[in-house]
Amino acid sequence: MNNLMNDLYPYFEDLSDRLLAGLNPGEDLSLNIAAEESLFVRFNKNAIRQNTNVEQITISLRLQVNHRSVEKSRSLRGQLREDMKSLTALLDECRHEAAQLPTDPHQVALANNGTSREEFRGELLAKEKIVEEILGAANGLDIAGLLGSGVVIRGNRNSLGQNHWFATESFFLDYSLYNGPKAAKGNYSGAKWNSDAWKKNLSRTRMQLEMLSKPLQKIPAGKYRSYLAPAAFGDLAGMLGWMGLSAAAWKQGRSPTKKLANGEAKFSPLFTLSENFSMGLAPRFNSLGEVAPLQSTLIEKGSWKQFLVSSRSAKEYGLQANFAIPEEFPRAIDIAPGTLSEKDILKEIGTGFYLSNLHYLNWSDPVTARVTGMTRYACLWVSNGEIAGPIQDLRFDESLYDALGSKLVALTDHAEIDPAIGTYVARDLGGKRAPGAIIDQFTFTL
Amino acid sequence: MTTLPFSPEQEIKKLIGRCEWASLRYLKETSTYRQVRNDLPEKNESMTDEGLMVEVLANGHFGHSATADLSSDGIARAFEKAMQTTQITSQVKAFSFKSDDRPPVRGKFESPRTKKLDSISVAEITDHLTAATKAMASSPLVVNRLAQATLIETDSFYFSTTGSDIHQNFNLIAIDFSATAAEGSENQTRSWSQTGQWGAEIFDRTRFVSEATRIGKESVALLKAENCPTGKMDLLLMPDQMMLQIHESIGHPLELDRILGDERNYAGWSFVQKEDFGKLQYGSKLMNISFDPQQAHEFASYEFDDSGIPAKKEFLIKAGVLQRGLGSQESQRRSGLPGVANSRATSWNRAPIDRMANINLEPGESTLEEMIAQVKHGILMRTNRSWSIDDYRNKFQFGCEMGELIENGKIVKIVRNPNYRAITVDFWNRLAAVGNLGTTGTYGTPYCGKGEPNQIIRVGHRSPACLFRDIEVFGG
Ligand SMILES: [Zn+2]
Repeated sequence: MNNLMNDLYPYFEDLSDRLLAGLNPGEDLSLNIAAEESLFVRFNKNAIRQNTNVEQITISLRLQVNHRSVEKSRSLRGQLREDMKSLTALLDECRHEAAQLPTDPHQVALANNGTSREEFRGELLAKEKIVEEILGAANGLDIAGLLGSGVVIRGNRNSLGQNHWFATESFFLDYSLYNGPKAAKGNYSGAKWNSDAWKKNLSRTRMQLEMLSKPLQKIPAGKYRSYLAPAAFGDLAGMLGWMGLSAAAWKQGRSPTKKLANGEAKFSPLFTLSENFSMGLAPRFNSLGEVAPLQSTLIEKGSWKQFLVSSRSAKEYGLQANFAIPEEFPRAIDIAPGTLSEKDILKEIGTGFYLSNLHYLNWSDPVTARVTGMTRYACLWVSNGEIAGPIQDLRFDESLYDALGSKLVALTDHAEIDPAIGTYVARDLGGKRAPGAIIDQFTFTL
Repeated sequence: MTTLPFSPEQEIKKLIGRCEWASLRYLKETSTYRQVRNDLPEKNESMTDEGLMVEVLANGHFGHSATADLSSDGIARAFEKAMQTTQITSQVKAFSFKSDDRPPVRGKFESPRTKKLDSISVAEITDHLTAATKAMASSPLVVNRLAQATLIETDSFYFSTTGSDIHQNFNLIAIDFSATAAEGSENQTRSWSQTGQWGAEIFDRTRFVSEATRIGKESVALLKAENCPTGKMDLLLMPDQMMLQIHESIGHPLELDRILGDERNYAGWSFVQKEDFGKLQYGSKLMNISFDPQQAHEFASYEFDDSGIPAKKEFLIKAGVLQRGLGSQESQRRSGLPGVANSRATSWNRAPIDRMANINLEPGESTLEEMIAQVKHGILMRTNRSWSIDDYRNKFQFGCEMGELIENGKIVKIVRNPNYRAITVDFWNRLAAVGNLGTTGTYGTPYCGKGEPNQIIRVGHRSPACLFRDIEVFGG
């Protein structure tokens, strides 16, 4: 295939028409396609360490027959004869396996959830310009990071007539700047590469790095008033997305938000969390082609509103589905901003920490929603409203019932989008938006 | 016998003379997932991942282009893309390599198995997993009973313009059971896993039922147990927590590409410096750590890495002293340090980087009973549940599913939510006893994440039980 953005849609239509035409009575089939044409360039010390062009197409077939489901996926070559041969064989394997399985009482019947087609064309950085644009701008700096750039596509059809398509051309440049062990983090991403915007982004990160040249502050573990910048607060509150928003995790006894959902506990009235697809970062349809509401509030002013509920959970537990993905992870978290203005942040910290980023978060005690993790990148000690200098990284261990509850003092009036830049298996879509937050008595343990 | 969808001889011939050196790495991997929850089938899925990585050396820089289009035209297009990009990027390459960094190697490897993976039917696997979830139901408090099996068949081929010709075939298995007991707002989970290079012989119903019965009962017992006490005390770690301890605080910091700074923008750097090799007292004299890709049945055994380099066992740490890094031929060239054959890619669509494979702690002399008897006040911990460590791999905090309180040389009761935290080198220097072969367990995970673009990789960790003195322990 020479151009995925133009060629994949008709190809998928053709393949799926042929497969759907070959179904037997009583069989239903859902087809999902995921594709990308990406260029990845990895930087270290303002030089190029590795470059990889990737072209890949993956299709999955989900056969539902006699209350049994089997799903099989494979890479596609992009040649009709070979691909039809392997997909016909794959469909036969699905039939063969389905015949051996017990029935699945929680199976959701396929439905026609409509038709949609969204295409976002971008202006990507030409590969001939990478050296000059990126490394030229960072000349004299120690930069490390990754450029990912290209087309990402998701599509879905099924035997009930449903048809969804999402294609986007976009890039991200996720990077950090170093002065010995001191580092500052930056991310420049979007659909249209703009040389000036990139240079502005780089100079902002450079200014952060310069702030780290002040004397190192050795602060012992303890409880401190802390400002978590949007990336850090997004990561902390984003932990809720790891089982905390899932209806199935709640019903299966594994939810860290059980007390919140049962009304036994509340977060701060400052805290409102939604899933918001109007940010345009991810397709609204899931692998069953179900279209989620444009915006759903999950936690409102500290009180529980609803879980992410997949159709399967809805069927098993008698709940109302809101068309979450089967894993019930959020795809587009949006945390409402507050009223603290940028210029008042240091004053509001008073004496305490300014934390740009966190690292390696994990539940340390899921029942009490306790999270541990590390500070990382530009983290500073603030004394009487003035920056004293960078800190040695510290480990925190704190319950979200406290950090998002009584200890949450203020949220900034601006929220920043943090696009998903994950590239495990393939480039991710989605992202989150979060404001910065002041948390009082935030607990550091090591 | 696997038949290739293209002719390697013909395709390689076309590349000779068009660059300094090139290779074709073809991978076909079928992973099958089966999941039974509360005695009902929940997932029956498979994925066949198939494609080709073209690697070229141009102007002293290795560049990559991946495609699933395996036609002659598709391979030619991938080669052109690799060359076009690499000619540009090589203007500012991080290091200048030579074709000697990819010596010609020929060979074959097949992972051990006594029964082929496809010799067990879907119906049989489902039946085994269902028997396991049924066995977990010792009490109505066990609200979630999960049994999963992952079966993976991998064929990997590697050809180069200088005559490399390698074929490796793997059968891999991961079995995971977990039982969650809940009452009020409290919940406790116990799990069991078996991971390795096995065939269908691993499906042993009697063993499945006995492990499932045990974890079901333990999840209920934990629900009623007291919280783990807080304070400095001795810590006895069982192999299913040692695997994580070795992985996070030895494996990752010893990766040479981290030490060289490649990974700084993602997983992080390392507290280990180039000058530390041959000198740093990483742990006590009882500590011997090996990179062992030749351990039969361990999850990440192989004969050749993904840059075609033959792999063999090497000691990373001997008698507590750091000897060697986890660095491929490329990292060895860049750093001037000794390394291992660990250039590994998650699949055909990623360039290989420095990875762990099997990283093992060699057994010592003590029996489990002897180690327990040495403890006046301490905790035995089993099965990792929480993990977090800083980007230099110093300050860690790990939690386990189950603790057992030891008083005056005897286990007195089980405790829940056990956690501990420490700093890497200080922690390993507190290693006071290493269990013998009888205490040893072999574990692995398919989910070690690293690299930009991101890659997950399979790793294996074999370790005896180990005793550490005076560690900061705490509960929920
Ligand atoms: Zn790892």
